[in-house]
Amino acid sequence: MAFKLDINGEVHTLDVDADMPLLWAMRDVIGLTGTKFGCGLAQCGACTVHVDGVPTRSCQLPVSDAEGAAITTIEGVTGKVAETVQKVWADLDVPQCGYCQSGQVMAAVALLRENPKPTDEDINGALWGNLCRCATYHRIRAGIHEAAKRLEA
Amino acid sequence: MLNKVIASLDPASLESSRRGFLLGSAAVAGGLLVGLRPASAEATGQTGAAAANPLTGYLHIAPDNKVTILSSQFDMGQGPYHGLATLVVEELGADWSQIDVKGAAGNSNLYGNIVWGGAIQGTGGSTSMATSFDRYRQAGAAAREMLVAAAAETWGVPASEITVGGGKMAHGSGKSATFGQLAELAATMPVPQDVTVKKPSQWTEIGNEKLRRFDSAPKAKGTHPFTIDLKLDGMLTAVVAHPPKFGARVKSFDGTEALKVRGVTDVVEIPRGLAVVADNMWAAIKGRQALTVEWDESGAETRGSKEILAAYRAKAGQPPQANARKEGDSAAAMASAAKTIEATYEFPYLAHAAMEPLNAVARRNADGTLEVWGGHQIPDIYQGISASIAGIKPEQVTMHVMKTGGGFGRRAVGDGDVIAEAVSVAKAIGFRAPVKVQWTREDDMRGGRYRPAYVHHFKAGLDAEGKLVAWENHIVGQSIVQGTPFEGLIQNGVDGTSVEGASNIPYNIPNISVGLTTTDVRVPVLWWRAVGSTHTAYAVESFLDEVAAEAGRDPYGFRMALLKDHPRHAAVLRLAAEKAGWDTPAPKGRFRGLALHESFSSVVAHVAEISMENGLPKVHKVTVAVDCGIAINPDTIRAQMEGGTGFGLGSILAEELTLVKGEVEQGNYDTYTPLRIDAMPHVEVHIVPSTNKPTGVGEPGVPSIGPAVANAIAAAGGRRIRVLPMSKAFGA
Repeated sequence: MAFKLDINGEVHTLDVDADMPLLWAMRDVIGLTGTKFGCGLAQCGACTVHVDGVPTRSCQLPVSDAEGAAITTIEGVTGKVAETVQKVWADLDVPQCGYCQSGQVMAAVALLRENPKPTDEDINGALWGNLCRCATYHRIRAGIHEAAKRLEA
Repeated sequence: MLNKVIASLDPASLESSRRGFLLGSAAVAGGLLVGLRPASAEATGQTGAAAANPLTGYLHIAPDNKVTILSSQFDMGQGPYHGLATLVVEELGADWSQIDVKGAAGNSNLYGNIVWGGAIQGTGGSTSMATSFDRYRQAGAAAREMLVAAAAETWGVPASEITVGGGKMAHGSGKSATFGQLAELAATMPVPQDVTVKKPSQWTEIGNEKLRRFDSAPKAKGTHPFTIDLKLDGMLTAVVAHPPKFGARVKSFDGTEALKVRGVTDVVEIPRGLAVVADNMWAAIKGRQALTVEWDESGAETRGSKEILAAYRAKAGQPPQANARKEGDSAAAMASAAKTIEATYEFPYLAHAAMEPLNAVARRNADGTLEVWGGHQIPDIYQGISASIAGIKPEQVTMHVMKTGGGFGRRAVGDGDVIAEAVSVAKAIGFRAPVKVQWTREDDMRGGRYRPAYVHHFKAGLDAEGKLVAWENHIVGQSIVQGTPFEGLIQNGVDGTSVEGASNIPYNIPNISVGLTTTDVRVPVLWWRAVGSTHTAYAVESFLDEVAAEAGRDPYGFRMALLKDHPRHAAVLRLAAEKAGWDTPAPKGRFRGLALHESFSSVVAHVAEISMENGLPKVHKVTVAVDCGIAINPDTIRAQMEGGTGFGLGSILAEELTLVKGEVEQGNYDTYTPLRIDAMPHVEVHIVPSTNKPTGVGEPGVPSIGPAVANAIAAAGGRRIRVLPMSKAFGA
């Protein structure tokens, strides 16, 4: 079946099974590999993308349900909040292996767009679903606070 | 890993290996390549290693001014690429914007791990900085001398008048050139045979607090390539159905339905299971679901972890099979002690559960050579395995070392599991296409190679003054190295990886016996970040706290009194205690615990500050002190202590891999539960200033957080957690 997916402002027409998760459609068919596979069960957040602005686990979203939505991936996330978060991530050396960080950045950007001055509790709540096996959580929290500070200035 | 060898690490051994190297260089396609090669195979204890290949080396300077460092060390996230780059930039005088680092492999003469004796290339045991400290500084210094010689000749000025910095050479006359401009000429200059590296007082990169990792930005943008992201022309993706019980094999199968799934191209049997090959991952997963397989379980492990641990508890009460350490007469000392204390500690199997599930890619080229991409933690061994499966010579196999999404020891496996699978599947389809084998999370969780389960039995004796006079520790569990290429590490019946951290405790106790009983269980096990110290630190440091309490002593003062012969350990513990305010009362409702541990030649102390909330422990603040020798990258050291603390904390709180009738119960992160952000404490790291050769930080941040938390919980309510994970005790 053919599906039309709007990803990062570009429409891709894919002839794939309706149940193929958006994650694998992006990675294996379209070639957008910035979004990572970690669990396939919405347990780790490595595959987080924005669907109409809402952070969503792409491993659990079949292409048939992704049609008609505006999907943004780590490759296409733009704007002041995203740029600030990504800059802070490098300035504070947040990543270690980096594998989960696409998802962490997407979750952090969504949080800061909703809540420009999140508390530790807000961060813990919003990013609870994003596992980091290197446990960079300490710097993720610091990074979000620093990004909030820079965005306020 | 390879703890026996690592235990021998000292500055003198590094010095002698340094002297064993001569410099070599080569002019390659328009640039300068500098490598060091051993003076002879004998000098570094190497046998049968291939001759140094002039087209491989340590760094390459291209005419476009790019400096590419070829890393002997595999980067699974802890930052060795950045560490090696720091060493090279320091000596070469390069600018960070020029720098890239690539994994290298295929020449143990160049890349053999010096701390392990130099014979094979490998990453582990937190050795990356120790093996690289001299090697990569010398490579940088040699390249710099050759660039200066080229500039001196070009400009007709004495080399001594040329300054180097920021990727440029300059002379007082106003002449200047980039590295790239003179790289080709530099390659023709004589190779310095005895380079002088900078004095510590001249360092601007090593020890620089402001330096940040050169590779963070791409990771924040999702452009950092991992093995899972690799796409070769015509590549197929395979998933493998593994037997549900360890040791089982395929008896029969029917792939008819699998082959009907759109995108599935092949169903093939390989030695490790059944592979479903497809155009994409989703098709492969669906194809595997449609497989019918019957397994031959005649050789399989059929016990559950409950039965395995019950057997261990029974053995722990018996005399040990082998002695790991024996000083004085602990039995006699116990008999005459004023008071004896006994306790048993239990540790479950643990999964590495790195974020990037295991994978590898194999391709046979038209000329019969093979290329294998993956997280090659021990590339020489994987090269041999790949060659053997493909039926070619090892030198016909190129190993591409990819950066990887975590590892924690899981990618150093003697039988090369996922790498063997990739080559086997490619072979099974006649090498007609490149093949990526990609494990799912469930494959990764159930694919074996766990931190072994262990039971520790302790007995301690106190004299009438409350002095610790006798210590007995019996450890029961599986050997990690038995039946692997590293089996030679077992000495006198003792696998050092089972007892490290318990047999070498720094405390001055006159009568001490540490024994080991190695069990025969067919659950595959492996080194797991910090290896033996993942259980020995918890057991020893918790039990020592129990003993201190029985003696009526403060845990800090009790330890310090036992550390009189170990000033390095005492200094680390003192720093952590001072910075945590140990001698001042904790805030209301807060309780502190501390622990000290040496692993991989680094010494770390943790002080944890906790509260009990609704009967459950909450860790608020952690103070860490670390002595890892010269601090090459202070910020990376902090990051490793922070991450190691979180990794270790998660493991003791709620990580447990269980088996029922030989089958693993957990499959994903919903049932196997590493630390999440809400449980991450605030971590403060203090580095002990040192002029000793660097040791490592990838693992040493892990061991002592667990017992520090356990000791704080005991301080909060007297409850002593002796069975991990803690979630069992708290019913969470």
